[in-house]
Amino acid sequence: MNRETFDLKGLICPLPVIRTQNKIKTLNSGDILVVLCSDPGALHDIPAWCRIHGHEIIDSQNKEGEITLTIKVVH
Amino acid sequence: MLAAQLILDQGIHVEGINFYTGFCVEGHTHAIRKKDRNKAKRNDALWVAEQLGIKLHIIDVIEEYKAVLLNPKHGYGANMNPCLDCKCFMVKKAQEWMAENDFDFIITGEVLGQRPMSQRRDTMQIVVRDTDPHERLLRPLCAQRLTETVPETEGWVDRKRLLGLTGRSRKPQIKLAENYGFNDYSQPAGGCCFLTDKAYSSKLIDMWTARNDRNYELDDIMLLKVGRHLRPKPHFKLIVGREEGENRFLEGYRKQFTYLRPTSHAGALALLDGTAQNKDEIELAARLCARFSQGKQAAIVSIAVKELGKEEYTLDVSPLKANDIPEDWYL
Ligand code: SF4
Repeated sequence: MNRETFDLKGLICPLPVIRTQNKIKTLNSGDILVVLCSDPGALHDIPAWCRIHGHEIIDSQNKEGEITLTIKVVH
Repeated sequence: MLAAQLILDQGIHVEGINFYTGFCVEGHTHAIRKKDRNKAKRNDALWVAEQLGIKLHIIDVIEEYKAVLLNPKHGYGANMNPCLDCKCFMVKKAQEWMAENDFDFIITGEVLGQRPMSQRRDTMQIVVRDTDPHERLLRPLCAQRLTETVPETEGWVDRKRLLGLTGRSRKPQIKLAENYGFNDYSQPAGGCCFLTDKAYSSKLIDMWTARNDRNYELDDIMLLKVGRHLRPKPHFKLIVGREEGENRFLEGYRKQFTYLRPTSHAGALALLDGTAQNKDEIELAARLCARFSQGKQAAIVSIAVKELGKEEYTLDVSPLKANDIPEDWYL
């Protein structure tokens, strides 16, 4: 099981979702991806994308506009 | 959404594809403008996919889309929207995706006659002719009025259970959506991207004219969505934030542009796109920036100027008056 951090700060939706989607394709089931972003839309869109693809959001934080989403990859 | 549901009803596995050209309306605007932040921050395509219980793949076509926008074989719509070429492009991309991912056919939600240009029978045929030699493009909402496609002739879908909708009225779709229990059914009645917007299109044309080059980067087309744009000289324009959210967004570009901001009064950040050729032009930019600050009635406003590659300095200027700004400076 790998743990990777992916910095997508400064990107505006839907780019954080697209980048997360493409990144997850390269990861294995059980891997953890920590996504950092700044667009508040990502707080909604990335979890929505994860739900429809069956990946788990294990943590979601928004500290003064710094968003951190922790995703468990499920293929 | 309805087209996908009709096909799902026939027990067929459906996945969604959403192409991101950089001009798509949703997403950015709510992220940028503070006043829009209270609106639901949903991505419509993801929302639809979730309602339908299907997967959605969002595909970045920013680079490839440039060729579509810059040289559309079938020309533009009312503004800079190359809808017909855009549809052909998206169908072609969907076909590539279909082949790579072992899918059998493509569906779209078009209705014959719904949109004046891109959903007429002849233009819909153009999309088929230009992109679909294998007849795998099915439009479930109006299929009964179109030539049979492979999914129908092969019996993968039951043509009788598809629809024959035509015309501009969206009532039948709304009724259908109600029958399915889609209570928040919202499909854009107009365009789905900024290229259908008159003001946006004229800013895009202005940018190309000023640069004498029609190429563009994602940052360029994003910035056209934000702030007031004023062009006092052919070789530079100012982009002035209209509110806090836009200012924050523009601040992200401070390393790439000369920028100005009022220091003696509250006011917006202004990016200078292009080059001010001398001190007078910088002063003109500063006076414009002052005009959009809270010091617009003051005799003097201090403006911090940070030119690319130079140290920041301050100019004390008198704000331009409203009637000093010719109408045609506003883009
Ligand atoms: S409105 Fe839709 S079809 Fe027309 S150019 Fe924009 S994305 Fe393409």
